[in-house]
Amino acid sequence: MSKPRIATTSLCGCFGCHMSLLDIDERILTLAQLVEFDKSPINDHKDFTARCAVGLIEGGCANAENVHVLRRFREQCDILVSVGDCATMGGIPALRNMIPLEECLREAYVDGPSVFNPEGRIPDDPEIPLLLDKVYPAQEVVRIDYHIPGCPPSADTLWKTLTALLGGTSAELPYELIKYD
Amino acid sequence: MSTSLENAVVEVCASVGNDPSRLMDVARDIQARFGCVSAEAIDGIHKHLGVSRPTVRSLVSFYSFLSEEPKGRIVIRVCDDPVDRLFGYERVQKAFSDELGIPIGGTTPDGAFTLERTACIGMSDHAPAALVNETPVTDLSTDKAREIVAELRAHMSPERLVKKLGDGNNAHPLVRSMVKNHIRKAGPIVLVEHRHREATRKAAAMSPNEVIRAVKAARLRGRGGAGFPTGIKWEMARAAPGPRKFLVCNADEGEPGTFKDRVLLTEFPDRVFAGMTIAGYAIGAKEGILYLRAEYAYLRQFLEDVLARRRAEGFLGKSIAARHSFDFDIRIQMGAGAYVCGEESALLNSCEGLRGDPRNRPPFPAQKGYLGFPTIVNNVETLACVTRILDAGPATFSEYGSKQSAGSKLLSISGDVGMVGVYEVPFGVTLREVLELADGRETQAVQIGGPSGRMVGPADFDRTICYDDLATGGAMVVFGPDRNPIEIARMYMEFFEDESCGFCTPCRVGNGLLRRGLDKVLAGRGEPSDLAQFEEVARTMKATSRCGLGQTSFNPVLSTLTSFRPLFDSLVKEDPKKFRRSFDLEASTQEAARIRTGGAR
Ligand SMILES: Cc1cc2nc3c(=O)[nH]c(=O)nc-3n(C[C@H](O)[C@H](O)[C@H](O)COP(=O)(O)O)c2cc1C
Ligand code: SF4
Ligand code: SF4
Repeated sequence: MSKPRIATTSLCGCFGCHMSLLDIDERILTLAQLVEFDKSPINDHKDFTARCAVGLIEGGCANAENVHVLRRFREQCDILVSVGDCATMGGIPALRNMIPLEECLREAYVDGPSVFNPEGRIPDDPEIPLLLDKVYPAQEVVRIDYHIPGCPPSADTLWKTLTALLGGTSAELPYELIKYD
Repeated sequence: MSTSLENAVVEVCASVGNDPSRLMDVARDIQARFGCVSAEAIDGIHKHLGVSRPTVRSLVSFYSFLSEEPKGRIVIRVCDDPVDRLFGYERVQKAFSDELGIPIGGTTPDGAFTLERTACIGMSDHAPAALVNETPVTDLSTDKAREIVAELRAHMSPERLVKKLGDGNNAHPLVRSMVKNHIRKAGPIVLVEHRHREATRKAAAMSPNEVIRAVKAARLRGRGGAGFPTGIKWEMARAAPGPRKFLVCNADEGEPGTFKDRVLLTEFPDRVFAGMTIAGYAIGAKEGILYLRAEYAYLRQFLEDVLARRRAEGFLGKSIAARHSFDFDIRIQMGAGAYVCGEESALLNSCEGLRGDPRNRPPFPAQKGYLGFPTIVNNVETLACVTRILDAGPATFSEYGSKQSAGSKLLSISGDVGMVGVYEVPFGVTLREVLELADGRETQAVQIGGPSGRMVGPADFDRTICYDDLATGGAMVVFGPDRNPIEIARMYMEFFEDESCGFCTPCRVGNGLLRRGLDKVLAGRGEPSDLAQFEEVARTMKATSRCGLGQTSFNPVLSTLTSFRPLFDSLVKEDPKKFRRSFDLEASTQEAARIRTGGAR
């Protein structure tokens, strides 16, 4: 039987969740034996090569491209997992949800105290994906099957969840792993 | 600070003996005189009453009848409640808005008018209705709205809007209101002649414990919603140690669709005050407070007059009914527009001059209530029942109604019925019988027990009104065949979203989540998983909210879901690709596209 395929992506996240995944240390070797990585920043595969069993989503959706990628993940993966607080709830990027979009952009590119932009132009190249009015958690854009809290979730949490998922059992996460205060 | 403001603050603070626990009265008085409690006024109150600025400011920001920003000399508050919406709130509000040239929330440039929307003002039998300062204006139409504005512009005195007086005491010189009582059915318990003097004398001839025993024998339970046995509550307060005790009558009546306490206070204030006096005697309280919602301020002078008469007659004050040491007096505490203040511990905070945040319990008010002293809070109708029990004896009371629920219940019926109004029915009556009485035809749904009660459909019309089946604080809103029950549930959730005090996350956020979920379903963008989420959110709210508001406010959604499941199912759909049907990429990038092309908003 071929190994299950797994894909990962970072949408509007900081890559911290991916770093945490790498933090499983030498268990990455076991993981490599258990699964085949498909589209993922870990192996730098830019697109899917086949249907995947599991997709791990870091980050919520802040722009149109995030939405396209997430929808593609939904189409290509049997199970989608939101990893970390950005994916599950929007996280830090969602702080901008309280502020009108134009104000955010002006502060970042025109009015901010450290900005040098004599033209006062907000980046408008058509190549740049359009921002969404708000940052949306992944589950508000597509259906998500599992959510792992944490910023980032610890390597042990990710490891336990992944191995349980692959083994078809439910993850036993002791209190220490999901307690964040 | 201007001298006139300074002088007013000094005067107002002095009028309550510079007692910080009377902050509410001070703030209300300043608001009435200056149209706001400005930052300067807050400063003055801080100095003269000795309460911190943030305390004053948080009080002012909490109550909708108080504001830091100046309001117009005349504030028109259009009642925005589901019943009013069904009967033309939008049109009426727009007529006011057009005529005044300001949107909801706006004030005219000359400072003459402010236009606002407000939650149920206790006039669902008169929908659409509004308050013009303290004057209720009823049964509005667009024409009437325009006339009201034109008239006010000419004389600026809301009282003069009242041309035709209502029935009964609504026509009393101290009330002079166009409100009608709409008493449609009087039963033999509450809306029947009471000999309130007799009742008070009888109580005075008994020992306090005997009075409590009589109330227990009558099997009286609270009429305010929770249905707690009144005698047992009184016993707790009687037994609780304390140098002072208090008896509070809850006349906050904020549950949308309820107006029976309004009618009791208008027509039978003596029964209510006698009930308070008897209750005070039973628990050992010498001080009573009537907490009157701000929306009923038009009844205040009249009620003060009744209290004065009772003092003159020897039914308030010292040695009532000539019994040595039977001392009791009542003061009226005005609210300032907050539904949650009907919750008894929030009400006590409000009486103490604080924000109306509910308290943790235990301790229960009966142990530690107003100012920390043992306090009983009872509903207006409960106290009217007490007078009846003492007057006619416990047996007369307990023999009426059903086995488990003794006595009668006042229902405030409004919405799509031929005869809106107050009905006194025996407990145990079926919903169908009530609908027949009120001439409800082709009824599709009934919201019973107010928004935190239940929305039931025809399948439940043979169920009975009593504590063990369809419990109710008195609101009964009837919806005809053309109404959309989901839309109605949404309106109730909007109400709770506005009225949650915001202390607990599950309630503050949960009400909004449920409202947004219904929005999705109504827009045809819901999924079956949304319905499952309603149940999950409700479970969390019920288990983790601090007060009765958050513990029950999901009921409109859950009960509508139960009663109208096929309607919900017909509106929700699974997306074959598992994309969220509620997410609209086009709409959510519109603003960014506009900014990019430099377009106007
Ligand atoms: C949010 C909320 C609002 C309430 N509003 C009222 C009200 O307007 N009038 C009332 O009598 N009870 C109201 N109650 C119930 C009171 O907390 C309390 O149970 C009642 O006044 C006790 O009186 P009773 O035992 O005579 O019914 C409310 C409760 C909650 C949770
Ligand atoms: S959850 Fe934390 S670690 Fe993960 S992407 Fe967001 S900010 Fe980074
Ligand atoms: S349940 Fe709601 S209203 Fe009650 S205390 Fe909590 S936030 Fe306030």
